[in-house]
Amino acid sequence: MREALEGSLAIARAVALTKPDVVAAYPITPQTHIVENISKLVADGDMHTEFVSVESEFSAASVVLGAAAAGARAYTASASQGILLMSEVMFNIAGLRVPLVMTIANRAVGGPLSIWNDQSDSMAVRDSGWIQIHCISNQEAVDTTIQAFRIAQETDLPVAVCMDGFVLTHTMEVIDMPSQEEVDAFLPPFEFAGALDTANPRSMGTLVDPNYFAEVRHSHHAAMGKALAKIEEIDAAYAEVTGRASGGLLTVDGPKKAKVGIIAMGSVVGTMMAGREHYGGEVGEARIVKLRSYRPFPAKALRAAVKGLDKVIVIDRAISPGMGGVLGTEVSAVLSTLDKAPKVYNYALGLGGRDIPETMYRDLLTTIEAKDAPRFAVFDADLEKLPPEDR
Amino acid sequence: MTKSDTSTRLNELRMKHGRPPASPSEPKAERTETLREAQPRFRGLESGHRACQGCGEALAARLVMESAGPDVMVANATGCLEVFTTPWPQSAWRVPWIHSLFENSAAVASGMEAAMKAKGKNTKILSFGGDGATYDIGFQSLSGMLERHHNVLYVTYDNEAYMNTGIQRSSSTPHAATTTTSPAGKERMGKRHLKKDLLSIIAAHHIPYAAAASVAYPQDLQRKVRYAMGVEGPTFLVIHSPCPLGWRHDSALTIEVARRAVQCGLFPLVELERGALTNIMPIREPRPVADYLELQGRFAHLFNKDDYRAQEELDHLQALADHNIDIYGLRGDGVDPVDTTGMSHVKRGGPLMGER
Repeated sequence: MREALEGSLAIARAVALTKPDVVAAYPITPQTHIVENISKLVADGDMHTEFVSVESEFSAASVVLGAAAAGARAYTASASQGILLMSEVMFNIAGLRVPLVMTIANRAVGGPLSIWNDQSDSMAVRDSGWIQIHCISNQEAVDTTIQAFRIAQETDLPVAVCMDGFVLTHTMEVIDMPSQEEVDAFLPPFEFAGALDTANPRSMGTLVDPNYFAEVRHSHHAAMGKALAKIEEIDAAYAEVTGRASGGLLTVDGPKKAKVGIIAMGSVVGTMMAGREHYGGEVGEARIVKLRSYRPFPAKALRAAVKGLDKVIVIDRAISPGMGGVLGTEVSAVLSTLDKAPKVYNYALGLGGRDIPETMYRDLLTTIEAKDAPRFAVFDADLEKLPPEDR
Repeated sequence: MTKSDTSTRLNELRMKHGRPPASPSEPKAERTETLREAQPRFRGLESGHRACQGCGEALAARLVMESAGPDVMVANATGCLEVFTTPWPQSAWRVPWIHSLFENSAAVASGMEAAMKAKGKNTKILSFGGDGATYDIGFQSLSGMLERHHNVLYVTYDNEAYMNTGIQRSSSTPHAATTTTSPAGKERMGKRHLKKDLLSIIAAHHIPYAAAASVAYPQDLQRKVRYAMGVEGPTFLVIHSPCPLGWRHDSALTIEVARRAVQCGLFPLVELERGALTNIMPIREPRPVADYLELQGRFAHLFNKDDYRAQEELDHLQALADHNIDIYGLRGDGVDPVDTTGMSHVKRGGPLMGER
């Protein structure tokens, strides 16, 4: 049914459709509306779940870990400082191969304090071993959330669904919400072969000495590799039921003959598409690669996606101080094996919620025309605001 | 382990103990059932784990599992208990068991309990942690679990320091005890601060049942576990568990050391319901704290006759014990079968004394 919904409400309803046994969450802007809406659904009897209102994000992650380990479908959501507080548990959840789902309402990480959107939080837990899928719209976030539960239980890996805070979570959008019948047809009941069971007692999270640890990490890495196909397959299966796919690992959009490409994740992809529509005639039409699966990283698909390009602009919504962009660095590494690798221009944009207008498309494409265009910059920083010694 | 691995290992052990390797023709000793095996009790924590000799925590955990099992699941915090019971690929646990992190066993247990509730199962969730995991780093998640009223029995094995990392002080370390991070020296007499009164903080959560037990009084300990198992809601048990390595006492004296801690009043065995004191184990004849302290190397500096501060600290600890006896009303009146002396005797052939 098509309905205008706020992003967070849409996510709450999507989660309800998956019938989780346990939801645990702690409020943090801009994730708050998701848990508020889930609480209301539970209070109204429209969602039957054990809702655990915990005393911290650390415990939220621990509760869903315990619940899923005990064989329950579990969900949580957080952002920013909450993700960092969870990070120790996030590594643990993934390392123990516990399947569960979390929404990350992407927000900057302090200090100084910023409640606004960028992707520093999900980037900070890049190496935690979670599958990380980024969404460009609320429709994608709804569909991906439902898909995430199936990806998790078919891979025995936790899945983080990333959606930009405020830009998506607090924005009204017409959403085609799948029906309960459709979701039931798509998503089987929760099953976790490794779950704790009194009929078959096992010990989970034991002490693993150097004789076994490398094998644990190898199998985790291998499972992430296998998840690439699963993510595509499950997106296709979802499309079969609902008629809507979300773009598998990545999608390529724009003219085949384009010489310039833009690679980005999250809502900025939509901004770039709108920018191309308005300024394409002026500065040329770029090929836009919407990266959906960030972990596992679709290296092969990305190499194919940049075929024929001379230059690639990689947009980062986070920064690794002392290095530069995170996504940009990874794209450079992946493309380095190509014979004719395009030049990579890596720009961090919209940090801490700085608005990204459609004109940014024009500005980016104009900038890289210059011979001495920087290969990395915090693109929209206004250096005039800084004392000379800090520029 | 294959059979040949086993015999190689056995031969290694024989060599170590100065015995020749077993000849293939040596007749096998007739295997008879031990008295322990003949007893019909549930063994949730199996023997053969890697705890030190005289480990109070291993004994306490076995006693808890005997009374709690078998329809239970355990969430175990990082610590000795986790490490010595589960060196992969082996495990001493006969019940579903999970270890996640140091500071989240109460939250993991909350999630497991929520899962049981969602699935309509009655399996009781147990949450285990040492004093570091409970008094210090996991304190917040424990408080949250109690406040949310999860149906979980939380057991803390209190050996009064971070033993797994090599005896560092925790907020449960008693005043004046030496640890590797509270050593005695020219400027210090061991730990400068008091042992945290955790039970009072637990009591402030007004949970249905909280109690202190000791490995020196196994019947009392197991009665408390059984009672807690019957309660729907959060319950809490702190078990005083001597650590021969960390407390530096003879590993044959674990029970004696634990018993003296109770008898001198430093570790009162009390029970609280909804935060109110409902039962105590009376002390028939309070012993001086020195009797308890003198058995342990961690208090050796308090017996230095040449150091005037030693007597001051002994007096200080005696005052703390006297205060406990006073506020909990621990002084018994005459012979009581459930006091510290009565409960020391093993009783056979009748109803268990002290059963509620």
